[in-house]
Amino acid sequence: MFDRRKQISRRSFLKAGAAGAAALIGGALLNPGALLGGRSAHAESHEGHEGHAESGHGSHGMQHGFTPGTEVTEGLVMAREALSNFDYGKVSTLPDGRTLREYEIVSFEKDIEIAQGVKFPAWTFNGTVPGPTIRCTEGDVVRVKFSNASSHPHSIHFHGIHPTDMDGLEAIPPGGTFTYEFEAYPAGMQVYHCHVPPFQTHIHKGMYGNFIIDPKTPRAPAQELSMVMNGFDLDFDSDNDIYAVNSYAFAFMQEPIKVKAGKLVRIYLSSFLEFDLINSFHLHAAYFHYYATGADPEARPYYTDTVVLAQGERGLVEILFPRPGKYMFHAHVNEFTELGWVGFFEAE
Amino acid sequence: MSQLQAEMTPQAGKSSGKAWLWGILPVALLIAIVAVILTVGTGVKEESPIPIENVEFERVYVNENGIVLNLLNASPQAVDIVMARVADAYWDFTIKPDGAIPRMGRATVTIPYPWVEGDGYEVRLVTGESTVFSTEIGAAIQAPAPDAQRFMQYALIGFYVGVVPVALGLLWFPLMRRFTARGIHAVLAFTIGLLLFLVVDTFQEGFELAEQAPESLKGSGLVWFGAILSMLFLIAIDQMNERKKGKEGSRGERISFMLASGIGLHNFGEGLAIGAAFAVGEAALGTFLIIGFTLHNMTEGIGVAAPLAQRQRPKLRTFVWLALIAGGPAILGTWVGGFVMNNTLASLYFGIGAGAIIQVVFVIGRMLWKESVKLGYAPVSWTNYAGVAAGIALMYGTSLLVSG
Repeated sequence: MFDRRKQISRRSFLKAGAAGAAALIGGALLNPGALLGGRSAHAESHEGHEGHAESGHGSHGMQHGFTPGTEVTEGLVMAREALSNFDYGKVSTLPDGRTLREYEIVSFEKDIEIAQGVKFPAWTFNGTVPGPTIRCTEGDVVRVKFSNASSHPHSIHFHGIHPTDMDGLEAIPPGGTFTYEFEAYPAGMQVYHCHVPPFQTHIHKGMYGNFIIDPKTPRAPAQELSMVMNGFDLDFDSDNDIYAVNSYAFAFMQEPIKVKAGKLVRIYLSSFLEFDLINSFHLHAAYFHYYATGADPEARPYYTDTVVLAQGERGLVEILFPRPGKYMFHAHVNEFTELGWVGFFEAE
Repeated sequence: MSQLQAEMTPQAGKSSGKAWLWGILPVALLIAIVAVILTVGTGVKEESPIPIENVEFERVYVNENGIVLNLLNASPQAVDIVMARVADAYWDFTIKPDGAIPRMGRATVTIPYPWVEGDGYEVRLVTGESTVFSTEIGAAIQAPAPDAQRFMQYALIGFYVGVVPVALGLLWFPLMRRFTARGIHAVLAFTIGLLLFLVVDTFQEGFELAEQAPESLKGSGLVWFGAILSMLFLIAIDQMNERKKGKEGSRGERISFMLASGIGLHNFGEGLAIGAAFAVGEAALGTFLIIGFTLHNMTEGIGVAAPLAQRQRPKLRTFVWLALIAGGPAILGTWVGGFVMNNTLASLYFGIGAGAIIQVVFVIGRMLWKESVKLGYAPVSWTNYAGVAAGIALMYGTSLLVSG
């Protein structure tokens, strides 16, 4: 493009020391007052319509924002499945009576769809971002057989209380395997992720997931959902270009999450956003109870419509939708909203 | 020389039947090699680990439909634009023609974004391979519609900037005729000074535009190629005319016309800048530009008239033509700058302009030299040197009026 701004500033008459006199002549000869007047009148017509594109500069064709398509894409399916798929593992009972849950996780590289038609070369656990939502009950023995089928070393670091040799700090080389085994503790909302340097790269490329430890006394029955708030940097400038829940921009705007009015909805919410320090969850037209981490059974929840989560922070969101309708939810970090992190609950 | 000529002379009659075979053989072999490479490959691993996508923004502007981006796909593969983002928000958009942009293909993306006048925006496009291309709108101002009124306005501006000052400069002609030979030589030297300044200025303009032009089209190369070819072209014309006419009497007039053409090319460029300024609605700034350029260009009129000064009374018609040739292109330039603009063509064009002016410098310099030798003067006398210096200084001084 011919950079007009640059041209003008370069030739900027006002900057030139010798300009004063000629400016006066210019003013007198060509009456810029009329020209300027014409411009400011034009500018006025734009005032008072900010956010109302229909009025103003004849912009009948203006639309607001982004309309997700209707096509059920691979990326949408991945986001939808991450929402309600919980991996309880292969269950058996140990000789001492404890429950053993065995999981298999394989890391490999895969292109995932993070917005309609946009591929992202991800590093995955079991081929999805986020990885499978691992779920167990407090006191269960969790045994995760990890195989690294990618071309980089990886590991799985679980949050929670466990022996330090099961902490996932040791890198498993390509082709290697490792079995993580520990007793699940404490009950609450945990997460897991790769912990191999460069740490930021491994997380940003998709190596993370939710890890739920249910308390021995089950929580109140509810419709349960798993949401990982995340983002993707496409141009390597350490700034996310796409924000989402479960990796697909505008997923639940295209396909609102079906819930029932008056019936409890529980969301296991975590933030795995890289580069941006905070993320948030905001619900329209209703309030919710928020249990940070959800590990303390005596904790008093936070009753609000907005919570802020830093990197790696997570908690339980419990919503009772008061009446049928479409309830928007999005990050109240507004930039993220318009870059994909927005959706709807549709209560019946 | 004669030896060289003898060797260069084609040896007629000696197996001329086979000669054309030697002409065709390399071409045939080349075609064969290309065919082999296309079918078998080069033997070098071809697949790039990352997709090589490259989209150039040829023109970015706003109008009543929103933000409009003219794109050129300068990458070796087709590029599929799947998302458009304005100021940290993804926005609906349309692309014409539909679908992926083929290699070296063009497309227009329209984003119906409710832009606010005077605000700046960063616009990003995301491809299916998750490559991001971004461009900026410094301040959103509606591009003027190319209606008849605009057309006339721009023509008027071009007239003010180009034709009027050159004509005013030509009015010094009667005064110049009263000069002695030395005085005329000093004026010619002064003209050379003016033109030397214009050569440098035109090259600078050209390279600046080349920087903004798509890299794949070799913008800065175009400036050089344009300059070399236009200079050689004009020299060829000059030499052809010299042989045909040989009439010393029309020499001054011819140089004046050549000078007028070179300056005309330069003024086209000035028109571009002014038209571009008006196109983004910086009308007041445009007014200052007009005053500045008018002062600046008046000196060009003096230059054009100088070679005529030692001849008999030229016709009035000659002056009218000189003013039109030297100044008229400013009108065309204003139209082009105001309505359409392509950095690649513009940088080529500036190269052509620079080459034309170099050739004029060459011709005037030669004329000055010959006349000085004939009359027994020093070609680079102090008066002539002062003339050159004054020409450069005056151009420099008046150019401050149009640059920051």
